[in-house]
Amino acid sequence: MVKNDVKVLGAWPSPYVMRPRIALNIKSVNYEFLEETFGSKSELLLQSNPVHKKIPVLIHGDKPICESMIIVEYIDEVWTSGPSILPSDPYDRAIQRFWAAYVDEKWFAAMKGLRSAQGEERKAFLDQVTEGLALLEEAFGKCSKGKAFFGGDRIGLLDIAFGSFLGWLKVTEKLNGVKLLDEAKTPGLVKWAERFCADAAVKSVMPETEKLLEFSKVLAAKMKGAPPPKN
Amino acid sequence: MANEVVLLDFWPSMFGMRVRIALAEKGIKYEYKEEDLKNKSLLLLEMNPINKKIPVLIHNGKPVCESLIIVQYIDEVWNDKCPLLPSDPYQRAQARFWADFVDKKAYGASRKVCNTTGEEQEAGKKEFFEFLKTLEVELGDKPYFGGETFGYVDLSFITFYSWFHACEVLGNINIEAECPKIIAWAKRCLQKESVAKTLPDQKKVYEFVAQMRKRFVSE
Repeated sequence: MVKNDVKVLGAWPSPYVMRPRIALNIKSVNYEFLEETFGSKSELLLQSNPVHKKIPVLIHGDKPICESMIIVEYIDEVWTSGPSILPSDPYDRAIQRFWAAYVDEKWFAAMKGLRSAQGEERKAFLDQVTEGLALLEEAFGKCSKGKAFFGGDRIGLLDIAFGSFLGWLKVTEKLNGVKLLDEAKTPGLVKWAERFCADAAVKSVMPETEKLLEFSKVLAAKMKGAPPPKN
Repeated sequence: MANEVVLLDFWPSMFGMRVRIALAEKGIKYEYKEEDLKNKSLLLLEMNPINKKIPVLIHNGKPVCESLIIVQYIDEVWNDKCPLLPSDPYQRAQARFWADFVDKKAYGASRKVCNTTGEEQEAGKKEFFEFLKTLEVELGDKPYFGGETFGYVDLSFITFYSWFHACEVLGNINIEAECPKIIAWAKRCLQKESVAKTLPDQKKVYEFVAQMRKRFVSE
């Protein structure tokens, strides 16, 4: 195996970037982490992801792979000697993919809405986030079947998809003075979150909440002063 | 009850068509149930309580939702013939990327072209052509996005072709003039029985979209 054969282009605060890093850790694959400078995009990034110009990008050999969950599935399919990230049963795979898409398209969209919303709008987003967590609590029960993770005994696709947002979830709790993961309402998820964050594959890449909190202030300031984003 | 397959769908849905093509490619017999989206069936609400959307594939009583997730499921279960995704992991990642690109861009751009006017529509048309041209570059000189054979990306995108006529009339645009390779590719795909039998008549789709437009635009 050639050293520096595997690179991840990313940034430490991004939950999307965490995902391929967790997957590579699960597979015990060494990789070089190339950190993008906040506020600018490197030539390598623009070359490797000309369509979306976004992180993360996995560069394997000289081949770029883009979109975090697509990268995770790629990692699972290439490094087959390590533990499996997706289940083997097609129906279970479909369920994990469904909830991973839900987390990205619906749930985190509401979390992001919460960031800048005020008054009534804020309450509406908060309700959406809480309702989403109730659905995920139920999904956890069904997927885990009494085991530690959505993936069973070990971290799987949906654990990675949802767990990567836990840092930002904690920041949101602090900024809004609310408890989103709650022992009374989402007991399964509370315990799952602890186990996820403590897992060897996750620990080294999960940012500390205090650091993220600081970063969120920098981000908010930049967003206030920044011109509207181009699509 | 060896293999009971039911599809909850809506005939003009670009997403539902993907599943129909996949089922046809694999030669799978299934029961098609047309949904009235203004009056969703109890079955749909039970099978997809989270999003309440079509398509939903019900296989031996168990629901699978989201068109591309359904197509991958079909490919994995009925894996003895007509593979839809390539076998090489890098090619698979590329196929998933481009199908995801279609998902992110196509529907939104088509809706803006068909259901808006003025500046919003102009912006929608710009988005629409940017999206098509990016795909044209990706297609290059290959007969299909999948290379020599029709595959996952072709399946994900060809269903939007059934909306092209509606976009052209309502948006006053000429897609063939701007993106001839895309039109050539689409006609090639239409030579496949699974595609030709699935895609509804473009004029029928136009009538449907024109009706829908009335709800958004007063003219």
